[in-house]
Amino acid sequence: MAGTRRWPAPMIALALFLVAPLLAPGWIVFVLTLALAKFMAVLAVALFLRGGLISFGHALFYAIGAYAVGFAVKWLGVADAVLLAPLGAVLAAGVAALVGLIMARYRGVFFAMLNLGVSMILYAGLLKFYWVTGGTDGIGVRSPTYLGLAPPREVLRTAFYYFTLVLAGMAVYIVYRFLASPVGYFMKALGDNEVRIEYQGESVRRVMYLTYVLSGGVAGLAGVLAAFAVGHIVPEYAYWAQSGEFVFVALLGGYGTVPGPLIGSLAFEFLRTYASKYMPEAWQATLGVIMLVIIMFLPGGLWTFYAAVAGRARRKSEGLARG
Amino acid sequence: MDDAAPVLSTADLTRHFGMVKAVDGITVEIARGALVGIVGANGSGKTTFLNLITGYLTPDRGRIEFMGRETTGLPPRAVTKLGIARSFQVPQLYTGLSVLENMLLSLAAGSAGGSSMWRPLYQAPRVAEGLQILERFGLGSYADRPVGQLAEGGRKLLDIALSFALRPRLLLMDEPTSGVSIDDKGPVMDTLVGVLRQSDVTTIFVEHDMDVVQRYARRVLVFDNGRVIAQGETGRVLADAEVRKAILGHA
Repeated sequence: MAGTRRWPAPMIALALFLVAPLLAPGWIVFVLTLALAKFMAVLAVALFLRGGLISFGHALFYAIGAYAVGFAVKWLGVADAVLLAPLGAVLAAGVAALVGLIMARYRGVFFAMLNLGVSMILYAGLLKFYWVTGGTDGIGVRSPTYLGLAPPREVLRTAFYYFTLVLAGMAVYIVYRFLASPVGYFMKALGDNEVRIEYQGESVRRVMYLTYVLSGGVAGLAGVLAAFAVGHIVPEYAYWAQSGEFVFVALLGGYGTVPGPLIGSLAFEFLRTYASKYMPEAWQATLGVIMLVIIMFLPGGLWTFYAAVAGRARRKSEGLARG
Repeated sequence: MDDAAPVLSTADLTRHFGMVKAVDGITVEIARGALVGIVGANGSGKTTFLNLITGYLTPDRGRIEFMGRETTGLPPRAVTKLGIARSFQVPQLYTGLSVLENMLLSLAAGSAGGSSMWRPLYQAPRVAEGLQILERFGLGSYADRPVGQLAEGGRKLLDIALSFALRPRLLLMDEPTSGVSIDDKGPVMDTLVGVLRQSDVTTIFVEHDMDVVQRYARRVLVFDNGRVIAQGETGRVLADAEVRKAILGHA
């Protein structure tokens, strides 16, 4: 089976993620943490992209996760990552369960813009109700505890990196299960042919709705982790440009698979770190050029590089085996 | 329910599109186990009739009963769940998925609790059943191919196989041989009829090719301007001069 042959690649990736903090300097660990956190939001957006649907509003769920942390810290004095991660994810999934009742009815431009609209309502609310949300000043988030345990100061960053890695692993597992399930396949098939779905006795709306709730929860988890990683949350978490970034990164990495968004997130965060350091005026132009190149020459995203190379190697070894 | 009761009956079924009476007061009964051909000129209401029965369109007037139960106004998904499946003139497939995956989705959707978001699509018994159905339709060797690689004859067969996999009591096929090359029409229909004979599926198919109807349909319904102008045993009905004129069109 192809599955056993592909086994080593994820193991190598996991090993690299596990040893990274031991080898890399602190700022790289920070960039990795942020990339892993945002990767989940990109994954959430990719669930719809592979069905031909684009959301310009997933920052809504990202912001809900982040502000769940912010309010918990501000009002309750609770900064426990182990408690707040599921709480943020469930809150975001809950909002997705409400908003999804509407979204499951729309496709194409309407789906894209309705998502954008709802996220901008939250954005406006975060700005206007500044006595609650801190407005543009945002809310400061202190370093997390883990079930009441506070790691020593010098390992705070590393501890949170590993926590993020574990949660990203859980999210990947859940998303993999979803992608391999009938509903996951139907979500992909939805871009091909809705008529056949209904004539197979499956509800297109049910497929959309379940995907939406899962997608919202995963994006919410991303928000929780990003809030802790950055230590400060602002209304921009809900802004449409943030949603656009998730879509951009999904296209950059490739949205047909789970590794695509991960590769995209890593590439994007490191690119941003370097580009904003060496060409602070021109880095957005750089992003624009990269997007052009990707769409024109690598429409499957950076992931296609790897898939092409691995595919060639596999064909070669199969050819030898048949020999 | 006794064997003599019809599987499908319609009473005064009517659907207009503006001034056009696409289906105009059709009353028919389809007996259990029948293999019925629907013939008629272009625009005589054949496909509209299928769209009404499967709930894709709602009738302006009239009534549809399936297995003694009224289905008028139910949407396609509900009608499908009750046991009416259909295939399409232009195959409706998931071109981004493999032949087997298309089939597995039919089996998952057709089984109780099968369409999960947690348990995998690929499950050994389901895959075995899917491969077996593909085999019966002559598509076994294409299971792992992307749907895009199938020739038109294969696409038609897969489209029908997807409907068949839902284990319907009534199967509606819209022009199963249109778009299929003349050389392939015989083999495609032989495959189909062979599979259908082995199962207890009542079948109605719309068909333009009179040779195909003559050879395979035991009974025919002749549509003309949204009405049924003749019905009965195939050879006898198609021998009628008026019927032949209606089928060939009024030009």
